[in-house]
Amino acid sequence: MADGTTAVTAPALRGIAQPARRGGLQRFARRRSTLAFVMCLPLFLLIAGLVVYPFFYSIYLSMLNREMTRFVGLFNYLYLLSSGTFHLVIFQSCLFAITAVFFKALIGFILAHVMHNISGRDQRIWRGLLLIPWVIPPALSTLGYWWMVSGDYSAINWILQLFGLHPVAWLANTWTARMWIIIVNVWFGTPFFMIMYLATLKSVPEQLYEAAAIDGATGLQKIRYISLPMLRNIIGITVLFSLIVTFANFDIVEILTAGAPANTTHVFATYAFQVGINSGNIPMGAAVSLFIFPILAVFSIFILRGIGRRTQEAI
Amino acid sequence: MKDSTKPLGRVSRRGALKIGAAAAALPLVHMQTAYAAGSLKLGFWDHWVPAANPVMKKLVDEWGAKNKVHITLDLLSSGTANSKLPLTQAAEALSGTGHDVLAFNTWDVQHYAQHLMPIDDVMDAQIKKYGAIDPMAQYLATVKGHWMAMPTSVGSQYKPSCARISLFKKEGYDVEKWYPNKPGNASTSTAWTYDLMLKLAPKAKAAGLTFGLGLGQTTDSVDWTGTVLRAYGGVLVDEKGKSQLRSEPVMTVLEYFQKLVPYLPADTATYDDASNNKALISGKGGLIFNPPSAWWVARRDAIKVAADCWTFPNPSGPKAKSVPYLPYFWGIWSFSQNKTAAKELITWLQQRPQVETLTNASAGYDISPFNSMHNFTIWTTEKPPVGTIYNYPLRPWFDAVSNVSGYPAPPHIATQLYSNATFNVMIVKLTKQGQKMKDVLAWGERQIESYVNM
Repeated sequence: MADGTTAVTAPALRGIAQPARRGGLQRFARRRSTLAFVMCLPLFLLIAGLVVYPFFYSIYLSMLNREMTRFVGLFNYLYLLSSGTFHLVIFQSCLFAITAVFFKALIGFILAHVMHNISGRDQRIWRGLLLIPWVIPPALSTLGYWWMVSGDYSAINWILQLFGLHPVAWLANTWTARMWIIIVNVWFGTPFFMIMYLATLKSVPEQLYEAAAIDGATGLQKIRYISLPMLRNIIGITVLFSLIVTFANFDIVEILTAGAPANTTHVFATYAFQVGINSGNIPMGAAVSLFIFPILAVFSIFILRGIGRRTQEAI
Repeated sequence: MKDSTKPLGRVSRRGALKIGAAAAALPLVHMQTAYAAGSLKLGFWDHWVPAANPVMKKLVDEWGAKNKVHITLDLLSSGTANSKLPLTQAAEALSGTGHDVLAFNTWDVQHYAQHLMPIDDVMDAQIKKYGAIDPMAQYLATVKGHWMAMPTSVGSQYKPSCARISLFKKEGYDVEKWYPNKPGNASTSTAWTYDLMLKLAPKAKAAGLTFGLGLGQTTDSVDWTGTVLRAYGGVLVDEKGKSQLRSEPVMTVLEYFQKLVPYLPADTATYDDASNNKALISGKGGLIFNPPSAWWVARRDAIKVAADCWTFPNPSGPKAKSVPYLPYFWGIWSFSQNKTAAKELITWLQQRPQVETLTNASAGYDISPFNSMHNFTIWTTEKPPVGTIYNYPLRPWFDAVSNVSGYPAPPHIATQLYSNATFNVMIVKLTKQGQKMKDVLAWGERQIESYVNM
C-alpha cells in the first residue's frame, strides 16, 4: 500500500474490468430471452394491473367487515358456507355450467362433423348462419328468449294456446327456469365449439379416413377411432375455456329470472351482485365471487394435466 | 451594467399606499373567466321518462352559467339488469374519486354513508322552508341523526294502485268515487281494503284481467308485499333489531297470501319491474301497484287501456293505509373538490319552481319528499281520463303513510331484508313450492339471524 503499487494496480484493474462489464451488459441486453422479456413487459404490466392486482385486492376485500373498516379473516367465507341460500347458489352454478358446457360441446361436435361433410360454398353459408347466435350480444339474445318464455304474453305460450293447451309459467317453476337458462347459454355458446372443432377437423389428414374406409370402418367408428383422438386436446381446451366463462355468467340469469323463484336460479355472479352491490356488502360479494376460483382450479388441473400427458405421449 | 448594479430603491410610504390601494381594487376590475367558480361533475339517475333528462340538463346548465361553474352531467341507469348507477357508486366509494354529486337509490345512502358529506345545514333550511318531510326519506337518508344526502324529487316514486275503472265498475265499485280528482276526505276511501282485493282477485282472473302483482325479487315486488305487512301492523324485524317473524300480524299476512296467490299471474314468482307494466299495457292486467309510468306508456301505446285507468292509494289494512315509497337521493362525496357549489346546486334544484318543472317534464312521475309540494297542477290535468293521476301524490286527506319494505329495522338489517327479498321468498316457498308454514318460518328466522349477525 505504502509503496503505491495498489494505487497503480487498482485503476489498471478497473480499466480491464470496465470493458468486460460493459461487454457483459451488452451481451445480456442482446440475449434473445432479455429482448423477449422486454417486449413482453407491457403485457406483463397489463396482466399485473388488470388481473393480479384485482385478484389479490378482492381477496383482501373479502376479509373485511361489512363497513370495510375491520379485518375479519375468514368470517365471510364461513358465513357463506353455513348459508342455505349459498348452498343453492353452488348447486345451481355447477348444474348450470356443467350441463351447459356438456351440451355445447356435444352439439358443437355434431355440428362440426355435419359442416365438415358439406362441401364448398354451402359450407360457408351454413357456417356463417350458425355463427349468428355467437355474434349477437348475449344480453340481447336473452331478452329475445325472455319474450318467448315469460308469463302470459310469450310466443311459446301463444303457440301452445293456438293448439288449445294451457300456457306454462316457464320461469316461475324452478326446474323449467333452470332449463331455459341452460338453453339460452347453449344457444349462445355452441357456435364457438363448432368453429373450434371444425378448424381442427380440417387439419386431420384425409388419408386416415380413407384408410379407415378401405378397412371397412363405419361412420361412427371413424368418429370413435379417428376424430375423437385427434380432437381430444381441443375438446379439453374449449371445455376448460367455456367452463370458466360459463361459471362467471351473469347476464342470462339476471335478465331471465334475477335469481327467482325463491333464489333457486342464482349463480355466483348474480348472487355476488345481489349481496355485494344491492345489499351494500362489498366484502361478502367479493367472497361469493372468489368461490368460483377453487372450483375452476380443480377443473383446470384435471383438464390441463390430461392435455399435458397427451402432448408428452405424442412427442 | 449600470442598471444591474443600481441598488433597489426603497419604497416610500406614499408608494406603499398606492400599491395597497391598487391591490384592494384588483378584485373589482379583474376579468372573470367563464368558469371562475370551478367545476362540478354530476351523476344523476337516467330517467325512465326520457323527456325528463333534457329538462334536467337545461336546468343544471342554466345554474352553471349563472354561477360560473362548469358542469358535467352524466345520466346513469338503474333498474333490473341495467345497473350502471349502483356500480358507479361502489367504484367511486372504493376509489375515492369520480363525481362530486351522485344519485343514490333507496338504501344506497346507508351503504356509502361513511364516504358522504353530512348536509344538515342544507336539509334544515329545506325543512324550515317547505315543512314536514316524508319520514321514510328521513329514515333512509340519515345516519346517527345526520343528513347524509338530500331526498330528491327526481326519480322518487310512490307505487299506488293503478286499476282498470271498468273492471271495478263491473263488480259494483266506482274507483273514481273512492278517490275523486278533487279534494276529499278520508271516509271516501275506506271501501278499498285488502279484504276487498282478495274478494275481487278471482273475479278479475275470471274476466281475463288478472291482478298484475308480482312476488319476484326486484323492487316492485318487494315494495308492495312490505306495504301489505305494514297495513296489517306487521314487521319482520323491529327497530331494536329483534325478529318479529312469529308475531300474529306476520302470520296473518302469510295466510292472506296463501289465499291470494292462486289468483295472481302464473309467473308471479318471477315478476320483475317490467312485468306489472306489461300486464297493464297488454290489457290483461286489472290492477297493478306502480308509479304512473305504466299508465304513461299505455297512453302512448294502448290509448284505450290508458283511458280506463285510475290511480289511487293502496288498499287499507286493519292497522294502516300504506303506500310503497321508493325515493332517490343526491349525495355529495366527501372527496368532492367543490362541496360549496355542490350544495348550492342541489339546494337550488329542489326549490319549488325547479321541482315543478322537473315533475312536469316527467309527466308527473317524480314526487317530492315534501308534502307541501304534492299539489302541482300536472296531477290534475293529465289525461285520459282527466285527473287519472290526481291521487298519485299522498294527499293530506288520504290518511295514508308511505312505506319502505324493511322499515323499521335498523338500516343494515333492513337493506338485507329488502335486497334479498326475504319476505317474498317466504311467500313463494309457502304458496308456490308447497313448503309448510313451520319450515318457511324456520328458514326466515335463519335468514334474519344471519342478517343481524353480519
